[in-house]
Amino acid sequence: MTNKPKIILGMGTCGMAAGAKTLLEKVESHIREKKIDAEIVHVGCIGMCHEEPLLDIAMPNRCRVIYNKVKPEDVSKIIDSHVLKDKPSKEHALSQILPDNGANPYIGITYFEEMPFNRKQQRIVLKNCGFINPLYIDEYIARDGYEAAKKVLFSMKPEEIIDTVKRSGLRGRGGGGFPTGLKWEFCRKAAGDTKYLICNADEGDPGAFMDRSVLEGDPHSVLEGMIIAAYAIGANQGYIYVRAEYPLAVKHLKIAIDQAREKDFLGKNILGTGFDFDIDLKQGAGAFVCGEETALIASIEGERGMPRAKPPFPANKGLWGKPTNINNVETFANVPQIILKGADWYSGFGTEKSKGTKVFALTGKIKRPGLIEVPMGIPLKEIIFDIGGGVADGTKFKAVQTGGPSGGCIPAELIDTSVDYESLTAAGTMMGSGGMVVMDNANCMVEMARFFLNFSTEESCGKCVPCRIGTKRLLEILERIIAGKGRENDLDLLSRLGSTVKGASLCGLGQTAPNPVLSMMRYFKDEYEEHIKDKSCRTGACTALSRYIVNPDTCKMCGICVKGCPVEAIADGTKKAKKPALIDDEKCIRCGICFEKCPFGVIYTKGAKKAAHVKEGLSEVKV
Amino acid sequence: MKLIIDNKEILANEGETILEAAKRSGVKIPTLCHHPKLSNYGGCRVCVVEVGGMNRLITSCTTPVSEGMVVNTDSQRIRETRKTLLELILSDHPNDCMTCDKTGDCTLQDLAYEYGVKENPYTGAIRQYPTEDKNPYIIRDFSKCILCAKCTRVCDEVRGVGAIDIMKRGFYAKVATPFDGVLDCEFCGNCVDVCPVGSLTEKLAKGKGRGWETRKVDTTCAYCGVGCGITLHIKDSTVIKVTPTEKESVNNGSLCVKGKFAYDFINSADRLKKPLIKKESKFVEATWDEAVDYTVKRLKEIKEKHGSDSIGGLSSARCTNEENYIFQKFIRAGIGTNNVDHCARY
Repeated sequence: MTNKPKIILGMGTCGMAAGAKTLLEKVESHIREKKIDAEIVHVGCIGMCHEEPLLDIAMPNRCRVIYNKVKPEDVSKIIDSHVLKDKPSKEHALSQILPDNGANPYIGITYFEEMPFNRKQQRIVLKNCGFINPLYIDEYIARDGYEAAKKVLFSMKPEEIIDTVKRSGLRGRGGGGFPTGLKWEFCRKAAGDTKYLICNADEGDPGAFMDRSVLEGDPHSVLEGMIIAAYAIGANQGYIYVRAEYPLAVKHLKIAIDQAREKDFLGKNILGTGFDFDIDLKQGAGAFVCGEETALIASIEGERGMPRAKPPFPANKGLWGKPTNINNVETFANVPQIILKGADWYSGFGTEKSKGTKVFALTGKIKRPGLIEVPMGIPLKEIIFDIGGGVADGTKFKAVQTGGPSGGCIPAELIDTSVDYESLTAAGTMMGSGGMVVMDNANCMVEMARFFLNFSTEESCGKCVPCRIGTKRLLEILERIIAGKGRENDLDLLSRLGSTVKGASLCGLGQTAPNPVLSMMRYFKDEYEEHIKDKSCRTGACTALSRYIVNPDTCKMCGICVKGCPVEAIADGTKKAKKPALIDDEKCIRCGICFEKCPFGVIYTKGAKKAAHVKEGLSEVKV
Repeated sequence: MKLIIDNKEILANEGETILEAAKRSGVKIPTLCHHPKLSNYGGCRVCVVEVGGMNRLITSCTTPVSEGMVVNTDSQRIRETRKTLLELILSDHPNDCMTCDKTGDCTLQDLAYEYGVKENPYTGAIRQYPTEDKNPYIIRDFSKCILCAKCTRVCDEVRGVGAIDIMKRGFYAKVATPFDGVLDCEFCGNCVDVCPVGSLTEKLAKGKGRGWETRKVDTTCAYCGVGCGITLHIKDSTVIKVTPTEKESVNNGSLCVKGKFAYDFINSADRLKKPLIKKESKFVEATWDEAVDYTVKRLKEIKEKHGSDSIGGLSSARCTNEENYIFQKFIRAGIGTNNVDHCARY
C-alpha cells in the first residue's frame, strides 16, 4: 500500500456507460501535466448507478470523498483543490466514506453510509465492490480475502463446512431458494470419485446486473466461495459459466483466476494441503435458457443448450454424468463471510426462513436506480422509497416486478410486503435472481406483461410443447389485446393457457414464463378489461388504442398539421380547403406529430394519449 | 419394487420409467416424442401423469419408478392438459390430413381423435418453411414437424451419424442439417421410420397409397448376408414402401439405404425373371433345367480343354454366408481351382 493520494474511478460497466473512460483520460492527462504524484485506482460498481460517473479521492489518512456525476471539465478543479490543497471541492462532493482506520473525516460532507441510499443497506456480498481494485488480488487479501479458504483447508472437515452453511440458512440466490448446505450435502454424499462444481454466472433477466457487478467488482469473493464449496463436496474441477455479453466480467475473472493460481489458491496441492482444485471459464453464447442448470450443463458439454428432464438431478448425475453442484455467483460470494464470521452471525440477518441479505438491481421508474444489498425481510416500501427515493416527481408508484420474466408484480397496495422467499411467493411473485423493475402510472400492465412474455417466448429453447407454442400463443393474445383486437374470452384463455404452460413445461423457463401475465391480471384486471371492452389504455402506452381528433369548431385551418403528418392522413385543414382538418383514423400511425405541432391546441386524443405526453405533463383532453 | 398404477399394484424394476412399467402392465399412456430405442426426451409432454404426493403433473417417460409410488394415468386434469397440448401442436400444423401421406398412420391424428380436438381456441402464427425434396429419397416438410426430435436422436444415438439437429430457438426451432442445407447423409431412412407425423416421408411412396390400403408382408432383405427383417407395404401387387419390421430381428429396427429405399427393381420392367441363353448373338429365353444343363456342360468342356485354372468364380455379398461357403467349396473342390472371390472377399 502506497502512501500516495489515490484517485479512484468506478470502472464497472455502469461507470463506463456513464463516461468513466473519458474521465479516466482526463485524470491521466491532468496529473501528467501538473506532475501530481497520485495513484489512479480502478474499482467496480459501488452501487450508485444514478450518480455515475463517480470519481473518488482518498488522501493519505483522510476519508475517501466521492464526487458524483463528474463532468470532464470539472476534473482539474476537483483534483487541484483536493489533491494539491487537501480541500475537497464541496460543491462537487457527494459524500465521504466512514473511516475504518482512524482516518480524519472532512467537515461539512455527508457520510456515504448515512446517505438515504445506503442507510438501510447491509453489504455482505457487496462488501468489496467499489472499494477494491478487482484486478489486484492483494487488495482482496488485505480485506480478509482468502482467509476463509485457509480456515477451511487447514482446520475444517468438509462435513463441518456443510454444517456451517446449513446452519447459516443460506439459500440459492439464483432464484430457486434451495438451501445451499443441503445441496452441497447431496453432492458430497452422491456416489462417485469425480465430482464437478459449477458457478452459474449466466445472469440474463432483463434489468438484472447483480452478478455482473460482483464478477466485475470482486471476482475473488466468488473464486473463494467456490474453493470452499469444492473442498466441501470433494470436487477437483470447477467451471464458471459466464455470459460472453459480460466482457468486463470475463476479463476480470480471467485475471483473478490467474492471480489465484499464482498465489497457490487454485491448482494442484493448494497451499500444500494436498487438495487440488482448478477453475475453467466457459462463455455462454447468449441463450437465456442456459441459466437453467441442466441446459447449462448441456452447454458446457458442447451440446445444444436445452434443459434435460429431472430426475436425475445434477447432484447425482450432472456434468459428463458425474455428481455436480451448481450455485449462483451471489451464493458463492456469501460463503467466505459465513465461514469467517460464523453461521450465527449470518443467520442474524433476515427472517425465520430467509436468512442473510439479498442483492437487488433496482431499475425502471425509480429515482435512484442502482445496485443494493438489503437484509432479507426488509419491507418493500423501504427499498422503493427510502433507498430508491420513490418514483419520479409527478408520477405515482404503481407496481414493482421482481424475479424478472419469471416473476410477478407487486402492486402499490402490497408495498408493505416483506422481501423474503415466502412472502414474495405468497404475493404471487418470486425472489428471483434480484431484478427489481419499478413501474409508475405511465406503465401499462398489459404492455409490461407483453414485454416480459416476449422475452420468454424469444428465449424458449423450443424443446417442449407448452413453452414453445404455449408462450407464443399467450404472447399473441396479449398482442391482439394491445392492438385493440382483444376478444371477450381472452382473459379466460390467458389464465387457462397460462396455467397449462406453468404446469406442463419441462424446465423453469416455461414453468414461470406465464407468471408476469398471471400476476398482472390478478392485480390489474380492470386495466385488462378496459383494453378489451373499451378498447382503451389509461396510460397511453398502447398507441394502437389512442386516436387523434381535430376539434372542427376551433380549428384555425392553418395547415400545419397537414404538412407535418408523415403519412398524409390529414385532409383539408387549410385556408384554401375552407374546411377544418380531418384525421383519417385508418391511415393514422399515432406518431403524435400533429398533436405536438398544432399551435392552437385543437387536436385532442381520445381513449389514450402517447406516453410521452404524460411525461411532459400535458393533460388528456376528452372530446 | 412395487408401485400402484391406476389402482393396480404392479412390480417394476429399479431404473424403469413409469411409462415402461405402465406399458408392461397393459396401461396405455399416449406419447409423441418417446421411442423405446432412444434416450428419454420429455419434449411433447403428452405422457403426463399424476403421482401421489406431487402437485405438478410429471412426464411418465422421464420419471423413474420408486417404491410405493402411486400413479394415476387418467383424470380430468390429465385429459385437459393433454388436450391443450394437442391443441397447441395443431395450432401450428397444416392440418391437411386429407392429402397427407401419413393419414391413418399418424400418431398426432390418432391422439387428436382420441382427445376430441375439434375447434381450436389457439390460433396465431404458423411456421411456414419450404419443403425440402432436393435430396434423392426423403421429403422433409418442416411445417408438419412437431419437434419431437426422434429423427435427430435416432440419427445421433442409433446411427451415430448426426446429420441433423435442431437449430433456432423457441417457436421457430427447426430440424436442420448444418447450415440448413439439402439433406446429404447416408440415407438410412431411420428418421423417416420414427417420424410420428407426416414431416418426413418417402419420396418413392408419395401418393402411392396410405396405411389402410396396403398389405404388410414381413420378409428378409435380400441385399446382403445380414438378413435384416423388413416389412413390405404392398398396394395391389406393387411394393410401395419398405420399413424395418417391428418384430424382433437382427437389425433391431434399423435399415440401410439399400434395404430402405432400393426396392424399385421389384417392379422394374428390366428385371430378369427367367434365364437367358445366348444363341447366335442373341439372348433367348430358356427354362431353368436348360440353363443349368448348359452351364454344367460348358464348365466341363472348358475344364477339360483348358484346365481348372482357366475357370474362376465370383460370388455376391447378397448371398448368405452358407451360400457363399457352398459356392467356394464348389469352385475349389468341384472345379478344382482357387480362383474364387466375392465383393466382400473370401
